[in-house]
This record gives sequence, C-alpha cells and structure tokens, in this order.
Amino acid sequence: MITEATKARFAREVAKYPPEQRQSAVMACLSIVQQEQGWVSQESEAVIAEYLGMPEIAVHEVTTFYNMYNQQPVGKYKLAVCTNLPCQLRGGNEALHHLEAKLGIKMGETTADGMFTLQQCECLGACADAPAMLVNDRSMCSFMANDKLDQLVDGLRMVEGQP
Amino acid sequence: MSKASQVLSQFQATGVQTCFHDRHIDPQIYAGLNGGNWSLKDYEARGGYAALRKILGKDGGEGLTQDQVIATVKESGLRGRGGAGFPTGLKWSFMPRQFPGQKHLVCNSDEGEPGTCKDRDILMYNPHIVIEGMIIAAYAMGISLGYNYIHGEIFQVYERFEAALEEARAAGYLGDKILGSTFSFQLHAHHGFGAYICGEETALLESLEGKKGQPRFKPPFPASFGLYGKPTTINNTETFAAVPWIIRNGGQAYLECGKPNNGGTKIFSVSGDVERPGNYEIPLGTPFSRLLELAGGVRKGRELKAVIPGGSSSPVLPASIMMECTMDYDSIAKAGSMLGSGAVIVMDDSRDMVESLLRLSYFYQHESCGQCTPCREGTGWLWRVVNRIQHGQGRPEDIELLDSVAFNIMGRTICALGDAAAMPVRAMIKHFRHEFEAKIQAASEAAAA
Ligand SMILES: NC(=O)C1=CN([C@@H]2O[C@H](COP(=O)(O)OP(=O)(O)OC[C@H]3O[C@@H](n4cnc5c(N)ncnc54)[C@H](O)[C@@H]3O)[C@@H](O)[C@H]2O)C=CC1
Ligand SMILES: Cc1cc2nc3c(=O)[nH]c(=O)nc-3n(C[C@H](O)[C@H](O)[C@H](O)COP(=O)(O)O)c2cc1C
Ligand code: SF4
Ligand code: FES
Repeated sequence: MITEATKARFAREVAKYPPEQRQSAVMACLSIVQQEQGWVSQESEAVIAEYLGMPEIAVHEVTTFYNMYNQQPVGKYKLAVCTNLPCQLRGGNEALHHLEAKLGIKMGETTADGMFTLQQCECLGACADAPAMLVNDRSMCSFMANDKLDQLVDGLRMVEGQP
Repeated sequence: MSKASQVLSQFQATGVQTCFHDRHIDPQIYAGLNGGNWSLKDYEARGGYAALRKILGKDGGEGLTQDQVIATVKESGLRGRGGAGFPTGLKWSFMPRQFPGQKHLVCNSDEGEPGTCKDRDILMYNPHIVIEGMIIAAYAMGISLGYNYIHGEIFQVYERFEAALEEARAAGYLGDKILGSTFSFQLHAHHGFGAYICGEETALLESLEGKKGQPRFKPPFPASFGLYGKPTTINNTETFAAVPWIIRNGGQAYLECGKPNNGGTKIFSVSGDVERPGNYEIPLGTPFSRLLELAGGVRKGRELKAVIPGGSSSPVLPASIMMECTMDYDSIAKAGSMLGSGAVIVMDDSRDMVESLLRLSYFYQHESCGQCTPCREGTGWLWRVVNRIQHGQGRPEDIELLDSVAFNIMGRTICALGDAAAMPVRAMIKHFRHEFEAKIQAASEAAAA
C-alpha cells in the first residue's frame, strides 16, 4: 500500500523534472518506498509505474540495475561494509569479519531475529574515512574500527529493546 | 530524530580529518571551512556569490558577456576535474548558442571511483560554491535548467545540497530573473542508488532520464545530444567549484597558481597506507613527495612501495617513479599513468600486489554494465585468472593471458570502463611481474610435490 503521504513525497520529486519527463523521478520514488517499507516489492513497482506513467517492466529494470535497491526484504538495519581496495588497505575486511563474528552470520545473511542484514559493498565515496560503512542506505558511518562497530550494534540493539 | 538515528549520528564523519586541517596549500575551494559554516550567509561572508554579482553587473561594474565568461575560463586553463582533464572553457564553447529548444547543465557528483571522496566534502561543507559555479556556467551557455546528480551512497550530502538549493532560491540566486536580471536558471538535485557506471557522463544522462545507466556511444557528445536528447554540458563538482574563484580573480591568476597547461589547485584524496588519509587541496604541479608529507608520510614508518595516482582506473606506479612526479595532468601522464579523479592510493612495502589487483578486478566485473561483450566477458575473465593466481592455482601461461585479455578489451568498448579495468592489470604486470611469477611458481611446485 502506498499512502497519500508517500504520494506527496513522490510529487515533490516529480516536480523537479519537465512535465513530460516524469519517469526521471523513478529512482527517487523507489528509494522512498524502500525507506518506508524496507524493500521494493512488485506491488510497489506497479504503483510507481502507474504514478509515473511508465511500463512496469521499465521500473523493474531500474530496481534490478542499481545495487542498493533491496529486491527482497532485509533486516531492520542493513549494514553495508566497503571492502574496495582503499578500505581494504585500512581494515575494511577486518570490519566485515568482526561484524560476522559479532552478529553470528555470514556476509549476505540476516540475523534470525530479523534485526541485521550484513553485506559487503563497493566504494561508498568515503575512502579517507576507512573503514566505512553505510547503514540503511542513508547513514554513512566513518572510521569503523572494531570498538565503534560494537558500539553501533549494541546501541541499535538497545534502541530496539534488546540489551 | 529517531533513537536509531541518534545512535547512527555518532558515527557520522565530522570533516576534521579529511577537510578542516591546515595542510592544504593555497586552498580556494576548501578555504576557511569548519563544518559549521556551509550556509548561505557564511558563504557570502567568504566572498560567495560575488562572482555572480560581477557577471550580472550587480556589483556596480559593467557585467560580463557570455563570451567574456567563457574566454576567462579558457584563459584559466581549467581542466575537467572528473578525470579526463578536458579543457572546460573549450567544452563550454561547444554548446550551440542559438539552439531553439531547452538546453541542460549537469553536475557530475556521482563520485564512485575507488579512492575518491573530494566532491563529498565540497558538497557537504561548501555546497554554495558548486551552486554559484553552476549558475555562472548556465549564464555563459544560455541554459535555464540544471541538475546535480549525487552519488546515492552519500545521502546526507544530497540532503545538505537540497537545503543549500532552498537557501539560494530564497535569496534570489536561483529561479526566475536572478537578482533582478533577465537571466533565469532552475537547479535541482537527483540522487543515484549504487551504480559506479553512472559516473560515466552518458550513463549518468540515461540514469537521470529514469532508465538503467548504460552508456551511449560517443560521438555524439552530450554537447549535441545530451539529457532528453538536447544539448547538455556535464562537468564534475570540483570543476564547477573552481569557477567562482576564476571569475573573481581572473583566468590568468588561476593559471599562475598551477603550472602551464595545468591551471589552479586540485583536490587530492589520499587513502591507504599513510598516517593521515584525507583530502588535500594543493596547486597543480606540487611534487608528489610534498603531498605524501602533508598526509603524514607512509604509515608506521614503512617504505613506500607503489601508488595508484588517479583512482583505481589509473595504472599503478612504483615508488621510484612516483617520487619523481609532480601532481599534475602532464607529469603523471608522462610517467605512464593518469591524474584521473585525483585519488591517490598509497601502498607500503608490506602490500601484496596480486591481492590488491584481485580486489580491483572484482570491482570492475561487478560494475560492468554488460552491454559490450569485451567488457562484460573480459572483466569476468580477468578476475577469474587473477583469482586463481592469488589462490595457488595459477598456470605459467596466465600472465600472458591476463595481458592479452586486457589488451583485447582496450579500445573495443562503448565507454572507458573497459579500459579502466584493463589498464591497471597491464600496469601491475609491467611493474610487479615478479610477484605474479612467484605465486605461479609456488603453485606449480606445490602441484609437483
Ligand atoms: N571521478 C570519478 O569518480 C571517476 C573518474 N573517471 C575518469 O573518467 C575518465 C574518462 O571519462 P570520459 O568521459 O570517458 O572521457 P572523455 O575523454 O570521453 O571525455 C571527457 C569530457 O570531454 C568531453 N569531450 C571530449 N571530446 C569531445 C569532443 N570532441 N567534443 C565535445 N566534447 C568532448 C566529453 O563529453 C567529456 O565531458 C577517465 O580518465 C577516469 O580518470 C573514471 C571513473 C570514475
Ligand atoms: C566508468 C566511468 C566513471 C566515471 N565516473 C565519474 C564520476 O564519478 N565523476 C565525474 O565527475 N566523472 C566521472 N567520469 C568521467 C565523466 O564521464 C566525464 O568525463 C566528466 O564528468 C566530465 O566532467 P569534467 O570535464 O568536469 O571532468 C567517469 C567516467 C567513466 C568512464
Ligand atoms: S565498456 Fe563495459 S561498462 Fe562501458 S558500456 Fe561497455 S559493457 Fe558497459
Ligand atoms: S574504498 Fe571504501 S569508501 Fe571508497
């Protein structure tokens, strides 16, 4: 279900483009849906297709082309750790392994309580802050040494009432 | 702010390490920033929007014509900061002047080249300098609509830029009849969502049109067939950010603070094995050894082994060659690499070059958009061969195989990603062949035993 409030957010994006180019807002609309629902379902794609006046398949092509759209539900917090070379030189892999051990999952998996999904990712554009990690597509976390990773995971667990 | 956002905000970068330090040399773009002074009134206090006032004749002077603005940018020697180093004034002069339809201006802030994080700090801590640069460019080329395409992963930067746009609109710098003149320009922000290839200008345009980001054939260049099929100029964030200073101080002054054919300052993102990774704004032509010093030298007092001087797409250079270079387009090109996006990836003597190349090869096969066979198949092939060399299954013929696969990608693809994947492989083999041979040798000895 897409609410009126969500449609208002869509409208703000659509307004940036010439009236005959509504399709330009597709990436923004998909990311709004992902922020609100955690992932992009086929149903959401259909709503966006109708809203923007484009074929559903064209929306789906966008969802599948860009790395950050979740094509399946993920944990409440998606942790994407950069392991590209500049980060690798400064502990990117160690950060990933530390989280694997701490969360008891392998990269690509979600914890059994549905709280965390762990991924490795490509350059986030924060290379001088390595190790860098992106949480839920929108929060960049810098200099993530092991103690910081612990603080972050523990802090989020606390917020979720899981001391 | 939700409780979860409060937790996450503790880990947000402050900019102190990468941008607000006193180790820039004659900075223009990063000058005087502290993280708290990004907003419009602070920017104006630093002399911001004076260049725009000057060209519009709102500072008591006569104003500048479109041709005068372009001539000034040409005179400055400003070259594209996105990587290719194409002369900016020349690019602007390609835009048809009397085109009857809509023309577009696009800023490329899709910074995704491994090692690069300079545009992020410009947009986060000095967003108005990019807005002012874009307004001036729009004026010079008679453009009334523009977009800034921002890397999807830096969403907080996108939000900051949108906030700055609001301020500029409210102050009359953006929108209809700017500062009471006859010139109008609308500017909006657009975010990506995780695709390195969208930094390539024509892929970016496809993406901005709401499609998969697959590059188009060039020519036609965007100047004739760009966004929505209309004439478009695309420049990098840092390129636009250089423009206000040039208009205020003159093209000659800009040229003089660099070296001939390499005008101005350039921001280098230094990452990897240095004591103080970060962004350093220094005049083009500064010796590499000086940049390394600013970054605190090689980490833990180790020896320098190699440097990738211009982002992961540029060929690696061994320490001995790098230490002789100055940081500018011509010097790095002469040494056999490229200044590229200015991402300086430093590697110390403990680094395994095969392992490093393996990670880069993985990246390129992952990010190939798949539309050209040599790139799609070739990048996967390169990765598999490097992978087996690294994991003790290399064969004696593999080095020649890598070189020939790389050679056969080069020049046979639609965009430069193919070359970007191939060139680093060939450079690694050229300069560090013995490391590949040693692994292959060890593999065959293990097999024989
Ligand atoms: N900043 C980053 O994150 C990254 C930067 N790069 C850099 O990108 C570079 C390659 O970029 P390309 O756009 O493929 O280079 P290019 O040489 O094709 O074009 C450079 C610019 O000049 C314009 N241009 C060139 N010849 C022209 C002509 N005859 N008429 C009109 N316009 C013309 C192009 O439109 C473009 O804007 C590489 O050198 C690499 O360093 C690559 C990956 C990421
Ligand atoms: C694979 C690939 C990725 C690129 N990524 C970027 C990028 O992130 N930012 C950028 O400004 N230019 C990037 N470029 C270069 C652009 O195509 C283009 O040359 C540049 O934006 C022009 O601006 P400039 O003349 O101001 O440098 C990339 C090129 C390629 C081939
Ligand atoms: S060279 Fe690679 S990334 Fe570029 S268009 Fe061809 S397949 Fe796509
Ligand atoms: S390499 Fe990790 S953020 Fe760039």
